[in-house]
Amino acid sequence: MNDKAILEARDIQVRRGGRPILDVASLDIAAGEVLSVIGPNGAGKTTLLQALSSLLRLDRGEIRFQGARIGADMAPLDYRRQLAMVFQEALLFDTTVAANVAAGLRLRGADSGEAKRIVAAKLEQLGIGALHDRSAKTLSGGEAQRTSLARAFAIGPQILFLDEPFAALDPPTRESLIEDLGRILRESGATAVMATHDQGEALRLSDRIAVMHEGRIVQIGSPTEVMNHPVCEFVAAFVGVETILAGRVVKCGRGTVTVALDPNGGKGASSAAVGNPMSSSPSPGTEAPAGGVPGHAAAALPPAVAGGETTAFPPAILLEAAGEVGEGERVLCCIRPEHVTVAPGLRHPRTSARNIFPAAIDRIIPLGPFYKVCLDGDLPLSAYVTVQSLEELALRPGLTVTASFKAASVHLIRRG
Amino acid sequence: MEIILAGIKQALCLLISFDPEVLAITWLSLKVSGIATLISLFIGIGIGAAVALASFPGRQIVVSVINTGMALPPVVVGLFVTIFLWRNGPFGYLEILYTPTAIIIAQAIISTPIIMGITLAALQQLPRKLRLQILALGATRLQMVWLLIKEARLSLMAAVMAGFGGVISEVGASIMVGGNIKGYTRVLTTATVMETSRGNFDLAISLGVILLLFAFAINLVLTRIQQRERPR
Repeated sequence: MNDKAILEARDIQVRRGGRPILDVASLDIAAGEVLSVIGPNGAGKTTLLQALSSLLRLDRGEIRFQGARIGADMAPLDYRRQLAMVFQEALLFDTTVAANVAAGLRLRGADSGEAKRIVAAKLEQLGIGALHDRSAKTLSGGEAQRTSLARAFAIGPQILFLDEPFAALDPPTRESLIEDLGRILRESGATAVMATHDQGEALRLSDRIAVMHEGRIVQIGSPTEVMNHPVCEFVAAFVGVETILAGRVVKCGRGTVTVALDPNGGKGASSAAVGNPMSSSPSPGTEAPAGGVPGHAAAALPPAVAGGETTAFPPAILLEAAGEVGEGERVLCCIRPEHVTVAPGLRHPRTSARNIFPAAIDRIIPLGPFYKVCLDGDLPLSAYVTVQSLEELALRPGLTVTASFKAASVHLIRRG
Repeated sequence: MEIILAGIKQALCLLISFDPEVLAITWLSLKVSGIATLISLFIGIGIGAAVALASFPGRQIVVSVINTGMALPPVVVGLFVTIFLWRNGPFGYLEILYTPTAIIIAQAIISTPIIMGITLAALQQLPRKLRLQILALGATRLQMVWLLIKEARLSLMAAVMAGFGGVISEVGASIMVGGNIKGYTRVLTTATVMETSRGNFDLAISLGVILLLFAFAINLVLTRIQQRERPR
């Protein structure tokens, strides 16, 4: 047993129709930790939460709560009385708000006076004290979900399971509820496991993030680790890496490597990296800035060998990346849009970025507080810019720009 | 038209004068149908809830049987109850044929599938995750079922109304297993049939009006409760 873990799952499997829909080798949840489980629809997030909360029969494996094996050392009912669960729908009873919040306490045979005191305190904590006597059926979505959270916290759970609790709410309501939940979790030091497909929620509330795919946890780690260092292409794509390029390491330096992208790794076109001395001749109309880019691989590109004959390889695009990867290894280069900067024209930007490419703006997509600028160049890059930057730089579709990103912004994933 | 008006006039007279025979028939009707509905409630809600919440092989067939049972013809029920309670029948030794108990049994058989079917539908309409939510709140299986029944209470009130309405107005089974014995097994419906066949339309109408008044009053009370419970 892990001494710090309040909940441990070992080799758990749930099968439906003969195939596993959940298959988790090992998962430890530490006391006081907030773990977010993210993944696309059907990844197995809800099944994992229901399995961990003993609401679902396991086909294999075991779950231990504070060291006690559920179903052997501890009855499932006793275990369920240590936890609380909040679903996407508030699932309130057809009675008053106060009676709803008291429901878990009543089921545990709590003293009426004590229950009233706890209910009043939790309603105040969730900011819905005024709704005490209101019928639950008359509540708005946000009020109903606050009531559901108050009901969960009222029983003082050792672990709180949250199954996409904000998914059905409108953005302003969701925003305020996330804020309040984060505060309450911090104040109470509660252990929580939250399933969500919203990375923003996960980043704001979690100590760790687990990414699920086809019933398995494919990566688990701190939010920074998962967001910036995805272990596979699926995780990279899911956590918002928009540019994923296949290539091979052609040169290793001190802490950095040079990667030659596969012919179709970028867009399959010949390279036109601005200032890259190793790239082929610049695209028509581009202007290489003086001085070039220091540190780019100077070695000739390896020729492709096919059928025992050496054939001419189309000139490859080179990327510089930070990482400890051996020469000749095949890798995926992951570039997040927030790490890419764009500057109008083809001037060499005043930056320490090692990767600089010319491009034209293809599309500009508004995303609320910022814009996503999709670039059409040798690499399928995109960048986030603020509303102010968009106006100051006069960015518009068709404009020629220079895109740049640091070697440290390129995350490498080894390919088998 | 005159017959109808005379009948209504007669009915009012009987009601106002508290005619002992009419009162006795009315009281027996209410008692028999009330007890039958109560028995049906226990069996119907119990089995309806079990079928709604359980998953087992052949469940769909069971649901189809229950739904078919909701349209069970009272005369068929009367026929089989009579056969079972007949002197030489499987339960003939009980000697309860042509007694109010036999009517209660027949009426309970008629209303049980109605209540069962409505209970089944009502519980199936509740969100599936509500069960998980209740269990996650720390409920035992029994507490979960009780809370679900409470959640479906408005629909279950409809089940009570349908069940009671179905049995207080049926005549086929009551006349077959009760025998319409004066002062013993004569209920409002069987009395109405008998008076009609005798040509005593005024008395038949008065009994019919009483039957309607009772059905209306009971349903009014239940509807008021149901409407008060409904969120505004």
